Amino acid sequence: MPEIEKLNRYIIQGISGVYDAYLEIKITSYARWTTSVTCCDSTREYLLLYRNRFVLLIFGLFVLLIGLSVQAQDKYTSARQTMVHAIEADAHFTSFFINKTALEPKVMEAMGKVPRHEFVPRKERHNAYENRPLPIGHGQTISQPYIVALMTDLLKPERQQKVLEVGTGSGYQAAILAELVDEVFTIEIIKPLGNQARQHLQQLNYDNVNVRVGDGYYGWEEHGPFDGIVVTAAASHIPPPLIQQLKPGGRMVIPVGSRFMIQQLVLVEKDAAGKVTTRQILPVRFVPLTGKH
Amino acid sequence: MMENKRPPPVYSIALLSATSLAYELLLMRLFSIIQWHHFAYMIISLALLGYGASGTFLSLTAERLLPRFSAAYISNIVLFALSTLACYLLAQHVSFNPEEILWDFDQLLRLLLVYLVLTLPFFFVANCIGLALAHYRGGIGRVYAADLLGASIGSLGIVLLLFLVFPTTALQILGTLGFAVAALAWWELKCQPRRIVAVFILLSFIPLMLPAGWMALVISPYKELSQSLHISGTRIIDEYSSPLGLISVMESPQIPLRHAPGLSLNASGEPPRQLGLFTDADAMTVITAHTDEQEKLAYLDQISSALPYHLNKPEKVLILGAGGGADVLQANYHGAGHIDAVELNPQIVDLVRREYKDFAGELYTAENVGVHIAEARGFVSGSEERYDLIQIALLDAFGASSAGLYSLSENYLYTVQALQEYLAHLSPDGMLAISRWIKLPPRDTLKLFATAVEALRQSGIADPENRLVLIRGWQTSTLLIKNGEFSEQEIHSIKKFCEARSFDTAYYPGITATETNRYNILAQPYFFQGAQALLGNEAASYLQNYKFNLQPASDDQPFFFHFFKWDVFNEILALRGQGGMPLLEWGYLILIATLIQTVIASLVLILLPLLLARRTHNNAVGHLSRSLVGGYFFMLGLAFLFIEIAFIQRFILFLHHPLYATAAVLSSFLLFAGLGSAWSQRYACLQSYKAGVKGAITGIVLLGLLYLLALGPLFSMLNWLPIVVKLVISVILIAPLAFCMGMPFPLGLARLGKAAPAFIPWVWGVNGCASVLSAVIATIFAIHFGFTVVVLLALMFYGMAMVVFNGGWGEQKFIS
Repeated sequence: MPEIEKLNRYIIQGISGVYDAYLEIKITSYARWTTSVTCCDSTREYLLLYRNRFVLLIFGLFVLLIGLSVQAQDKYTSARQTMVHAIEADAHFTSFFINKTALEPKVMEAMGKVPRHEFVPRKERHNAYENRPLPIGHGQTISQPYIVALMTDLLKPERQQKVLEVGTGSGYQAAILAELVDEVFTIEIIKPLGNQARQHLQQLNYDNVNVRVGDGYYGWEEHGPFDGIVVTAAASHIPPPLIQQLKPGGRMVIPVGSRFMIQQLVLVEKDAAGKVTTRQILPVRFVPLTGKH
Repeated sequence: MMENKRPPPVYSIALLSATSLAYELLLMRLFSIIQWHHFAYMIISLALLGYGASGTFLSLTAERLLPRFSAAYISNIVLFALSTLACYLLAQHVSFNPEEILWDFDQLLRLLLVYLVLTLPFFFVANCIGLALAHYRGGIGRVYAADLLGASIGSLGIVLLLFLVFPTTALQILGTLGFAVAALAWWELKCQPRRIVAVFILLSFIPLMLPAGWMALVISPYKELSQSLHISGTRIIDEYSSPLGLISVMESPQIPLRHAPGLSLNASGEPPRQLGLFTDADAMTVITAHTDEQEKLAYLDQISSALPYHLNKPEKVLILGAGGGADVLQANYHGAGHIDAVELNPQIVDLVRREYKDFAGELYTAENVGVHIAEARGFVSGSEERYDLIQIALLDAFGASSAGLYSLSENYLYTVQALQEYLAHLSPDGMLAISRWIKLPPRDTLKLFATAVEALRQSGIADPENRLVLIRGWQTSTLLIKNGEFSEQEIHSIKKFCEARSFDTAYYPGITATETNRYNILAQPYFFQGAQALLGNEAASYLQNYKFNLQPASDDQPFFFHFFKWDVFNEILALRGQGGMPLLEWGYLILIATLIQTVIASLVLILLPLLLARRTHNNAVGHLSRSLVGGYFFMLGLAFLFIEIAFIQRFILFLHHPLYATAAVLSSFLLFAGLGSAWSQRYACLQSYKAGVKGAITGIVLLGLLYLLALGPLFSMLNWLPIVVKLVISVILIAPLAFCMGMPFPLGLARLGKAAPAFIPWVWGVNGCASVLSAVIATIFAIHFGFTVVVLLALMFYGMAMVVFNGGWGEQKFIS
C-alpha cells in the first residue's frame, strides 16, 4: 500500500505531515471515487470510501504514536551519545588523577546503552542526558553521568563479579553495573525510592539486579563477599560490615560531598592479604599548588 | 509644600520600626532554618532594598500622597501588617534550591521571586517612615529618633521573644503587632471614626489564629534533617528554640544513627544507641546512650581525636564545644581525671543534663565533669586553670564546611591570638588537639597548621617544628600542639596509634616522606608537603602559590574559613562541567553575588527617580547639586553601618558571646543614635546645622580613632570583670560615639527640608540603599583588610560627608 507507506513517512515527520498525507489520500481517493462512480453504486462506494478513510485515520494515528515514540527514542539515543562524548572529554581532562586517559570502553558502552531518562522523574526527562545531577524526589539526586562512569570505572567491573550497592536511589547506577557484572545487589533505605527503582529496573529487564528496601549498614551478608561495593548513601563513616564483605582484591567506591556536588571519590581497596587502604580521588584536574612553587 | 506644625506620630513610628527590625532579624532566623545561613544573608540583604525602592516610589508619588498623609501612612502600616506573614509564607513555598542554580535557569527566577516577595514588607515600612520624614519637616529629628529608638527596642525585643517562643510564633506575634501599630497610628493621628481603632485591634488577633498547618516551616529537602526524616521510623521527639538556633531532637529506633565520623577502617563494633541533635535542621551531633559496657564505647578510641590520650594520661581535660557530649564521653573512656566541658547553647546542655538524663546517664552531672555554658574563647581567656589537654572537636557540619559556606562568618576560635591563648592555658607538656574535616584539596587542616606555626612563633617559641604533630584519616585530621617538645617515646606512640587504625602521619618532628601517604593515599602527600613548607623558609612562597588562601586568621581578620583566591576563579570556572564546582568557596561568592545584585538594584533605585523627576521637580532642588546631596546621605549610610559592624566584632571579643554582644551593641548604637537624633532637633537654622554636623562628625572621628587605639588594651585590662559589668562598660563606651552618629542624618534632612523638600524621599532611598551596600562591603573589606580598615574607612566617609555638607551643599542658598 504505497499510500500507507507515504503516510508513515509523513507521520514520522510529525503532525503537519499527517495532515499533508491526509490531504493527499483524500485527493487520490477522490480521484478513485470519480473513476469508480461510473461503474459502481455511488452511494455504497462513497460510504466505503469514508470507512476506508476512517480506518486509515485510526491507523495513521496509531503509526503517529509509534512514530513519535521512535522519534523520541532516536532523540534519546542521540542525546545519550552526546552525553557519552561529554564523559569521554571529562575523563580525558581528569586523566591526571585517575591515571589514565580514557575510561574502560565497556563502561562507556554501558553508559551509552542504559536509558537514563527512564530513571529520572518525568518532568526532568528533557534534562536526562545533560552531564549534571538531577533531583529525583525525597531529597535525593541522580548523580552526574560523568561521576557515575568514573565510579563504575574505579570498581574495575568484570563479567563474573558480584557487586553491592548501598543507596539505590534512582536505580541508574545499578543498571549500569548490571550491564557489566553478573549480579548486582542494591539496598535502598527510603522505601518509595527503593520500590520505584525496583519497578524501573524490572521494566527494563535488568533481571540480574536485586533490590532490597532497608538498612544498608550490614551489607547483604548472605550474598557476600562482593567484588565491588558502591556506597552512595551518606554515612558518617564507612560501615565496618561493608569492609568485611569486601573480597580480598575487591574495591569499594564512596562519593563524598553534597547531593548535587561530589567533592571527591574515596576508593577503598582490600589487597590479597586483607589490608585495607583508601585512595582519595578528586574528580577534576586541579592541582592545589601552582607550577611556580 | 507647607511645613507641618503638628507633632509627628512618634509612638507608631517607633513601634513600627521596632516591629520591622524584629521582622528582619526573625527572617534571618527563619531562612537559616529552612535554607542555609548564607543564602539567608543574601536574600535578606536584597529584601532590605525595599527601603531604597520606597525612596524611589515616594519620590514619584509624594506630591500626591503627602496631602493625604494619614491615609497613606496608615494604609502602608496595614499593608506591612498583612505582608509580614503572607510574604514569608509565600516565600518559603517557592522551592528554591541554591545548588541547582548552576544548571537550572528556573532557580534564578525563583530566587528573584523570593526577593520580590520579601521586599514588600520593608517597602511598606520605609514608605511610612519616608512619608513621615517628608511630612513633618519641622520634626525630622524627632521622626528619625523615633525610628532609631524603635529599632533599638526591636533588636533587643526579638532576642527576648526568640527565647520565649518558636520562630513561627514570633512571626505571628509580629503580624499582630503590625495591626496594633495601625490602631496606634489611627489613635495618634486622631483619625475619625475612632472606633476603627477597635477594628484594627480585632484584626490583630487574626495572625495568632492561623492554622498550624499554614505556619509549618518548609525546610529544604536537601538539609540533613529533611534527609534523615526519610528513613523509616525516624521522628522528631523534641524541639527547642532560642536565638542561637532551632534544636530538633530526632530518634531513629529502627535504623540506628551510628554517628562516628572519621572512624578507622579497621574498627569493628558500632556505637551504642544515639539521639540526633540538629541545629537549624542541619549540623547533626548526637547524644549517646549511657552504657556500662566499655567495649561498646571502643569506637571513641578509633577516631583521630583519640590520639592525645595515647601519648600521656591527661589528668585535666578541657573540651571546647562539647555539644551532645561525644568528646566528654571520649575523655571519660580514656580515664581523664577532671573534665571541663564548654558549650555555648544552654538548651543543648540542658538536654543532656536534664531532659535526656535517663538516656545519657551522668555524662554532664558526674562529679569529675564541670559543664560551663560559655563561649569557648571567652571561657579560656577568663580562666586561670591550666590543662593537660585542650580538645577542640569537629564543631561544624561537614556539608556546609566542605561547600565553603562558613567563609564569611567570623570565627574567633581558630585565630592566631586564640591559639596563643589556648597554649597559655596548657600545663607543662600539655597538649592542644584540634580536629578538622579533611577537604580535598587540603584547606582547613593546612591553614590550621599555618596558624599554629604562627601562634607558636608569636609566643616566642623558636622551634615550632618540635612541638607539632599532624595525623589524618580519610575523613578527619587531628593537629596536636604541645607545650614542650615531643619526645621519642611519644613519636613512637603516635606511629603505633596511626598504624593500628590505618591513619597517616602527615607531620611529626623528624618525619620522612616515606612515612606518609601510606593508608589514605592522595595523588601527592599534600599534607606532608604543606606542613614541611609551612615550617621551612619557603613558607611565604608556598602560601602565595597555593591555590587556596591558607594565610592564618587573626582577631582583626577572623575569617578562618575564607579560602577563596581570585587567581584561580577562572580556572575553577573552566572546570565547572567536569565537576569543578565543589572547589569554589560558596560563602565568599555569595557575598560577591550579593554585592553585585545590590549595586545594580541600588543604581536603578537611586537613578530612576532622578531621571523621571527631571521633568517634574526640575526646580525643586534649586541650586543644590544632586550628586553632592545624594553623596552626603550615601556616605552617611555607608559609614554608619561600617562602624556598627566593626564595633560589634570588637565587642564580641570583650563580651565573649556572639549573640549577647550583637544584641547589646546593636541596640545601644540604635538607642544612643536615636537620642542624638532627638538632640539634633534643637538645631534649627543654617549656621546651627553646619555647627551640628561639624561637631557630631568631629566627635565621631576623634572617638573612632581613640577606640581603635584604646579598646584592645582596655579590654584585656578589664577582661576579668563579670559579664554584667562588662555590658555596662560596653554601653558607656558606645553611648557618645552613637550619640554623635545619630545627628548628621537628621540635620542633613532638616537642611534639605528647608531647601528642597521634594528630595527628602529620594535621599531616604539613597540612604536605604547605602545601608544595604554597607553591610556587604564591610564584610568584604573585613575579610581582605581587617576590621581596623573598615573603621578607618568609615571615619573617612564621615570626614568626606562633613566636607560635602559644610563646604558644599550645606553652604548653598535656600530657594524657599
